[in-house]
Amino acid sequence: MPVGTQGTIKGLTNSQLEDIGCQIILGNTYHLALRPTSELLAEAGGLHKFMNWRRAMLTDSGGFQMVSLLHLADITEKGVTFQSPVDGKPMLLTPEESIQIQNRIGADIIMALDDVVKTTITGPRIEEAMYRTLRWIDRCIEAHGRPHDQNLFGIVQGGLDPVLRDICIKGLVDRNLPGYAIGGLAGGEDKDSFWRVVAQCTGSLPEDKPRYVMGVGYPLDVVVCSALGADMYDCVYPTRTARFGTALVPEGVLKLKQRAMADDTRPIDPTCPCMVCKNYSRAYIHCLVTKDAMGSQLLSYHNLYYMMQLSRDLHSSIVEGRFPKFVCDFLSKMFPEGNVPEWVCNAMEVAGIDISSCCTFSERVCNAKVAGIDISSDCTLSSSCGEHDSDNVSDKYDELKLKLERLRNNEDALRR
Amino acid sequence: MSLSLSSSLSLPLPLPLSNQFTTTPSLAMKFLVKKARGARVGALEIIHGNNNNNNNNIININTPNLIISTCKGLPHFISPDLLSSIPSSILQVSPLHFTAEGVSTNTVSKLGGLHQMLGLNKYCIVAVPRDSVQCIPQFKGATKFGPSFDTPSGRLLVKPKDYVETISCMKPNIWSALADEVPAWVSNKRNKSSVDRTLKWLDECLALNPETGSIFGAIVGGSNLEERKRCTEEVAKRNVSGYWIGGFGLGESMDERPALLSAITDVLPDEKPRMICGLGLPEEILQGIAAGIDLFDSTYIYTLTLGGFALTFPLDKNGDQHNLQPSEIESDSTKINLRATAYRNDTSPILEDCSCYTCKNHTKAYINHLLNVHEMLAQILLEIHNTHHYLMFFEVIRDAIQDGRFEKFRQTFLESRRVPFQAISA
Ligand SMILES: [Zn+2]
Ligand SMILES: [Zn+2]
Repeated sequence: MPVGTQGTIKGLTNSQLEDIGCQIILGNTYHLALRPTSELLAEAGGLHKFMNWRRAMLTDSGGFQMVSLLHLADITEKGVTFQSPVDGKPMLLTPEESIQIQNRIGADIIMALDDVVKTTITGPRIEEAMYRTLRWIDRCIEAHGRPHDQNLFGIVQGGLDPVLRDICIKGLVDRNLPGYAIGGLAGGEDKDSFWRVVAQCTGSLPEDKPRYVMGVGYPLDVVVCSALGADMYDCVYPTRTARFGTALVPEGVLKLKQRAMADDTRPIDPTCPCMVCKNYSRAYIHCLVTKDAMGSQLLSYHNLYYMMQLSRDLHSSIVEGRFPKFVCDFLSKMFPEGNVPEWVCNAMEVAGIDISSCCTFSERVCNAKVAGIDISSDCTLSSSCGEHDSDNVSDKYDELKLKLERLRNNEDALRR
Repeated sequence: MSLSLSSSLSLPLPLPLSNQFTTTPSLAMKFLVKKARGARVGALEIIHGNNNNNNNNIININTPNLIISTCKGLPHFISPDLLSSIPSSILQVSPLHFTAEGVSTNTVSKLGGLHQMLGLNKYCIVAVPRDSVQCIPQFKGATKFGPSFDTPSGRLLVKPKDYVETISCMKPNIWSALADEVPAWVSNKRNKSSVDRTLKWLDECLALNPETGSIFGAIVGGSNLEERKRCTEEVAKRNVSGYWIGGFGLGESMDERPALLSAITDVLPDEKPRMICGLGLPEEILQGIAAGIDLFDSTYIYTLTLGGFALTFPLDKNGDQHNLQPSEIESDSTKINLRATAYRNDTSPILEDCSCYTCKNHTKAYINHLLNVHEMLAQILLEIHNTHHYLMFFEVIRDAIQDGRFEKFRQTFLESRRVPFQAISA
């Protein structure tokens, strides 16, 4: 689901979104409630009509945006209290209000208001948030005025604690909701914890209801979560990274701003059939990105196309029973040296997908251990880590290889 | 001779074709024009190919017409897939956008020229150094070696040799020679030297004899009738395929313009196209057309779009602007500013009967919202509508010329447009 925070996917028209095969978009309730306001949207016949979007739409509850965007947000049993960004007055968003606003916006899927805590926090606050989320879901259901046109999804909370997650899932499933989201992830937790929570949730949620992993949208994460049985994702990453001049490609990412791109006459991704790759060279995109509106328009187009194509490929490979091969192809392009991160290997093992043909991770960890370096939790190994770019990854790996080389030479010397 | 002309245009054949007057470059261009003096309709035919005659495709442009302004070759906000919904096939590109911004001419050449680089093989590309937005001519920086431009990466002096080399790599269909454009207030001496330099640079460009596109000779002369005439006479003697008229919109008054324009077009041969830079408003376009100008740049559209404006003036067949509703919201009802709070709840399109993508799909309220939250889609939708509306304006004008009603059209347009202005200011 491309994220259209303010009733538009940045830089793309609806017809372009349809062209690239986008079936559902996400709107942010918090932003839409500020401008143009839910009252105006209701008057216009809902956001679908207001922006003339004919396909599906989902809105979030607004709570997460408040907690993450506003410093003074505070959560009590009543709801989320926050300082109004308009006049600075204290305001309160209750579960009832969130649902009423979403009823007015009119998306096909609406999200319950949950008690959001950072995954990196531990202790009783996590437990409190989980139980509160369960109490709030009843208030949301009660307040839901359009249950026949809008599907209310509940959100599984419980941090990284499997016991809490389990209680939350049971509680939500008892309410028999149209779909479920896995919340509280993608907030800086380590990747191994991340996939384990997803695996636990997808394992216990009903098979016949959609599962949406909130805040997840890096290509690698989407593939792993899909292997674990998740169905929907959102992420501003494809369009945001486009504005900074980064393209998504099967090998990972391509930074169009780099000097080397100025003379590169190849398309962004020679295997991509999108409008941008059919028409433009890296050199041309290089001169547009981060400077001209057209640069982010074209890169957003390609990046969203890439994500849509990835989703289509996941879907069809599962339908046609060749999902394991698809995953292997995907991983071997992204990690041509076989250096698939350990957490991916672990997740795939649990998902029952054999990726040994494209993965030399175990060998690599051994090598590293010989060299005296523990890389098993090294986040730079994941191409999806936002804080480290791919250059950094290869730099570190090269460094590592060099050290290994020296070590072997020393060993050889000793043996002699 | 097989010329595909639009159905609205019936020209007596045979007509003299410009390739009878010029050499190699003009093989890539034909121009048929109907009337000699004053407003005229014509058909520009661009033969575009990759040097082998088998793969030529023909681009037809009816004149008078608008040339779509671009940033680095693409319209400011309209990507190529959306561009196809706009009834135009001629774009203006400033080669300086690239020399100043990182793509080397060598790379452009490797890619096969501008058309290939921009993915716009069905479009006629006109290269003009200046663009009125980012690359502004700076008369103080010009020397006898070449004109000077203020670009995003600083001041740039462009020498004929370098320019021709760039053009050879970029392979536009049409390119203008270099011009020393000066504002209306410079001394006669400076104005005279600008004409001398412009002619010298044209000769240097021609001497280099690049085998690419059709060269349009640049005409300057500021606000001085004699200099304008001298420059035009000299350029008309040269072996060029058409004319690019510069130095307008640089401080001269609307009233002195008709005489200056006529001084130029009276001297120019009828059978070659004339392009002008710096006339943007509907009134200015009509002035130019009345003087026999064929092609206009469209910086005006860009300015409107950035300001949140949408063109709304009536496209009446007879030029009647009385339908303009003097509204309480706008001081100038030829266009509306969609930022105005009055449009917050307005669920109608910009214009009910406009057939552009924007009007077919979106409301004023939505565009107002997009502007409020600084979303780029606002500019995309506005540029589409404004470009479309202005192209339709040109179509209405062509029909009027074709039917011999242009003078009446122009008078009606100007007079009826003045009324709501006065009604409001009174
Ligand atoms: Zn692509
Ligand atoms: Zn329109």
